[in-house]
Amino acid sequence: MSTTTTPSPWRAPQLSMRWWPVFLRNLLVWKKLAIPSLVGNIAEPLMWLVAFGYGMGALVGKVTVDGVQVPYILFLASGSICMSAMNAASFEALYSAFSRMHVQKTWDGIMNAPVNLDDIVLAEMLWAAFKAIFTVTAILGVMLALGISYSPKLLVAWPVLLGVGITFSCVALIFNALAKGYDFFTYYFTLFLTPMMFLSGIFFPLEQLPPVVRAISQWLPLTNAVDLVRPLFMDQWPSEWLRPLAVLATYAGLGFWVALALTRKRFRA
Amino acid sequence: MPESILSVQHLVKRYGEATVVSDLSFAIAPGECLGVIGPNGAGKTTTIRMCLGLTVPDEGTVTAFGLQMPRDALAIKAQLGVVSQLDTLDPDFNCAENLLVYGRYFGMKDAQIRERIPSLLEFASLTSKASAKPGELSGGMKRRLSLARALVNNPRLLLLDEPTTGLDPQARHLMWERLQLLLQQGKSILLTTHFMDEAERLCHRLLVVDHGKKIAEGAPRDLIRQYLEPDVVEVYGSGALALADSPLKALAARVEVSGETVFFYTADAKPLLLQLAAYPQLRTLHRPANLEDLFLKLTGRQIREDA
Repeated sequence: MSTTTTPSPWRAPQLSMRWWPVFLRNLLVWKKLAIPSLVGNIAEPLMWLVAFGYGMGALVGKVTVDGVQVPYILFLASGSICMSAMNAASFEALYSAFSRMHVQKTWDGIMNAPVNLDDIVLAEMLWAAFKAIFTVTAILGVMLALGISYSPKLLVAWPVLLGVGITFSCVALIFNALAKGYDFFTYYFTLFLTPMMFLSGIFFPLEQLPPVVRAISQWLPLTNAVDLVRPLFMDQWPSEWLRPLAVLATYAGLGFWVALALTRKRFRA
Repeated sequence: MPESILSVQHLVKRYGEATVVSDLSFAIAPGECLGVIGPNGAGKTTTIRMCLGLTVPDEGTVTAFGLQMPRDALAIKAQLGVVSQLDTLDPDFNCAENLLVYGRYFGMKDAQIRERIPSLLEFASLTSKASAKPGELSGGMKRRLSLARALVNNPRLLLLDEPTTGLDPQARHLMWERLQLLLQQGKSILLTTHFMDEAERLCHRLLVVDHGKKIAEGAPRDLIRQYLEPDVVEVYGSGALALADSPLKALAARVEVSGETVFFYTADAKPLLLQLAAYPQLRTLHRPANLEDLFLKLTGRQIREDA
């Protein structure tokens, strides 16, 4: 009689191109609802931008970033686009992925076909990142139309923001794997994402914060995203790019690994 | 006996202290329909999950088409069709899109799938519903769409987990007819069910499982002959229960009580029926023993706490 040892859920991811039909599935659903979803995705960030950027901007005037004076609207736009990438990826990898995984049992159906759980998780991660970059692209279009920035380096900001989407979808999938219901995600948003919004230099420069908080802030993924993206909006290269990239990549890599392990545990796979 | 298409050997699965599947072995021959019957919690669904490589057994092996689970899981699943207990249809897609999207998971080209869609919809009697979403379909239509979806890759073996649970009689008969058709085409089927008439009608061979163990195996008629007396007389009505301990008992090989009914199992019902004529207030039903009697004999008449 052969005895099998159940493989550890922490084993290395086994990924293949079989994620692609799963991604296509999500794309096909989304195409049916793209226009209303687009309005929902960009309306809120734009309201923040207009209300704070022009309203507060008139009070604040210019903000100093790395010794350079920039209009507040540019300061805010370059930070809030990172926040939009974060929010779009998080919503998709939490509420929508949970619907497919738990409520509709879509994943169970897919796993009856020759597709691994690992590839499904990868597909969901990339899908949430796609939703993020789609939202980012739409907002960038509006920002160009408003003339907030014409920096050619926005072309570099675009793939960086895709990376930001990937990072936050990896982290969100951890909470998706642990969730018992939608309510759980409220904690994630109110306890992690909302405080991070205020601690990552989106609305005001980090120099305003006490040193202890600033020290913590340096390790938050959103701060590092802003560190990379803001200079590109100002048509400058980031003074430091290796460290923020490494921090984001670490959150993404570790996040994906933990998310996959917890999802395997959930499915006892 | 021809080479088996699926073979399960000494399968064991434990969750903590509980042994859900215990030393279970069986095989399915090409073109055969094997039924697995057993109470809720007997380990049927866990066994199917192990056959799919979704749950790793603690002991034992699953081989299919000469390939080994879980090592060759993807190659095995490429030749399987699965209808799970709960529908996993995509609510956002219409019937045709459900088939298209599912075919892609098998690596099929869109053109290849589109070519198959009309015949699959026709097989499921859903041609007129091609652009309807699952939410607009009846329970029977949804199950048939699930079956059509399981056929998209033209599988050799179908794993059907309670495919007719919750359907009305018409929908159930249509499903049976379709499954018979698939068997005629030479496909093999592993079927779990709670409907004994379904098991008797469709299955060439039956496996009775309880508490994760195989307690009987054989062709439906053979099992009934092997375990039961050929005739059953059911007696119910006020005062029926008292008969269970009356001299009438001697006229039956075996007497069982369930709820308000007394069951007399016997090879010759005539003397018993003559005696029962003296109790006009009681209602009696004389019938041949069936699979349900077998099932209840082997797994007990008590309702289970965990069921």
